[in-house]
Amino acid sequence: MGVIEPGLERAFREEWGAIVAALARRTGDLQAAEDATAEAFAAAAKAWQRDGVPPNPGGWLTVTASRKAIDQLRRNRAVAVDPQLLSELAQSTGEKAGEMTGIPMADDRLGMVFACCHPALALEVRVAMTLRYVAGLTTREIAAAFLLPEPSLAQRLVRAKRKIREAGIQFVVPAAGALAERLAGVRAVVYLVFNEGYAASEGDRLVRTDLCEEAIWLGRLLRRLLPGDAETAGLLALMLLHHSRAAARQDASGRPVPLAEQDRACWDQTLITEGTAVLADAMAHRDPGPYQLQAAIAAVHAEAADIEDTDWPQIAALYGELARLTPSPVIEVNRAVAVGMADGPLAGLAVLAPVLAAGTLADYAPLHAAHADLLARAGDTEGAAAAWARAADTTGNAALRAELRRRQPGQGGDPGPQNS
Amino acid sequence: MKYALLIYSAPGAGEQAGPPPPGVITDWVAYTQAANDSGGLLAAERLAATDTATCVRVRGGDRLLTDGPFAETKEYLLGFYLLDVPDLDTALDWAARMPAAAYGVVEVRAVRTGEPWQAVLG
Repeated sequence: MGVIEPGLERAFREEWGAIVAALARRTGDLQAAEDATAEAFAAAAKAWQRDGVPPNPGGWLTVTASRKAIDQLRRNRAVAVDPQLLSELAQSTGEKAGEMTGIPMADDRLGMVFACCHPALALEVRVAMTLRYVAGLTTREIAAAFLLPEPSLAQRLVRAKRKIREAGIQFVVPAAGALAERLAGVRAVVYLVFNEGYAASEGDRLVRTDLCEEAIWLGRLLRRLLPGDAETAGLLALMLLHHSRAAARQDASGRPVPLAEQDRACWDQTLITEGTAVLADAMAHRDPGPYQLQAAIAAVHAEAADIEDTDWPQIAALYGELARLTPSPVIEVNRAVAVGMADGPLAGLAVLAPVLAAGTLADYAPLHAAHADLLARAGDTEGAAAAWARAADTTGNAALRAELRRRQPGQGGDPGPQNS
Repeated sequence: MKYALLIYSAPGAGEQAGPPPPGVITDWVAYTQAANDSGGLLAAERLAATDTATCVRVRGGDRLLTDGPFAETKEYLLGFYLLDVPDLDTALDWAARMPAAAYGVVEVRAVRTGEPWQAVLG
């Protein structure tokens, strides 16, 4: 379509996503929907250059794409097309032509979200499908984000589309009985994208801002589509508050900066304001959940002037609540850090002891980093050194590994809590 | 859409040499009844023991028989249900309700339509 102004690029992607979603819902065939939409955009490029942009571009595109989908289905008639579908599609196109406003239809978009996140698809497939068909990223962008060769990712998407069509995965909001579980699955996909950007597990950079921003965009979309859902709002709040610290989490040379040492003047106050407001809105639903609790913890950090000023007892209590809802050794590690700050290193070590003894997190770098910090503050320098070494050995991220190695004895630097 | 629910399990887990434990038969009867009452059940068969299977191949015009099932793996095909239901989610729900899902694996695969050879079935 020639060069698109940066400001328009997002709008272009949204429009594309909405139209593909509408057609996919009606045909059950995502590939066909995608092809028809591509043809419609190509036709628009020619027609609008000649005649100017129409008053209702979204409507023009939707009608054109629907017609192209119908044509293609007619051509495929030999192969097995439901004749009722053709008449439905033709009818709905006619109806909609008049009332096209270009605003993405919520049902269509939700249908796409739930189809892309269907549990019958492998998790990495769900992530790729959501980024492609909900967030509108190109195959190349997704491949780059996850450090995969583009052809492998393209193949993954092709297979997924075929499975959706042949196995009969519908582009619908699940029935009431299944909705809660499926919605949890959708949030998990979005959170996975965010986490991949927040602390890249592979590669050398600590933060990949683009993925965080895509996840936040997805979170905002989900909240618009599901305004009554507390945990969806909680997830958005969590991502906003974590992302507010992005600029402070790495120094100029790309070294990770722990929370205790971050320059809070670099924290993005706009994101903090938005995140806190979204969290308040979530909590007003009186339907607590893990994302809301994690967001609340992030909010406590966000309102503190510095690490000493932080309301650690509040954070420890929130982790306690979180551990009650979703018990996990990882949460215990975070709780140990908070207790260590609120009640001293020995109290923190007491919380950490059962986690260390269980051995399930033997390869989890943050456990060893937390252990090292608590031991150092408790005066056990040798123990701390061994724990720092263990932390460096177990992290998959090069930037973090270099930082953890730096913290071994003689290197100095006030460790502070290791989460950042 | 038609779906095949293919029931896999280790022999001995689902296939009993002697009488099955109490409740198992009731479970299967209840399940089959429910599926039939729903109007979506097209077929349901339990296959004879896997070690009584015979494999047939024709290679170079010769018919070759081997004694035993196709895959000498830990899990064998024990039987199948054929359902006609609106979508995958419904088929998955039926698969999850099957007694075998608790001790084996139920593979759900849609059935292709519009196959040329189906025309002869009327």
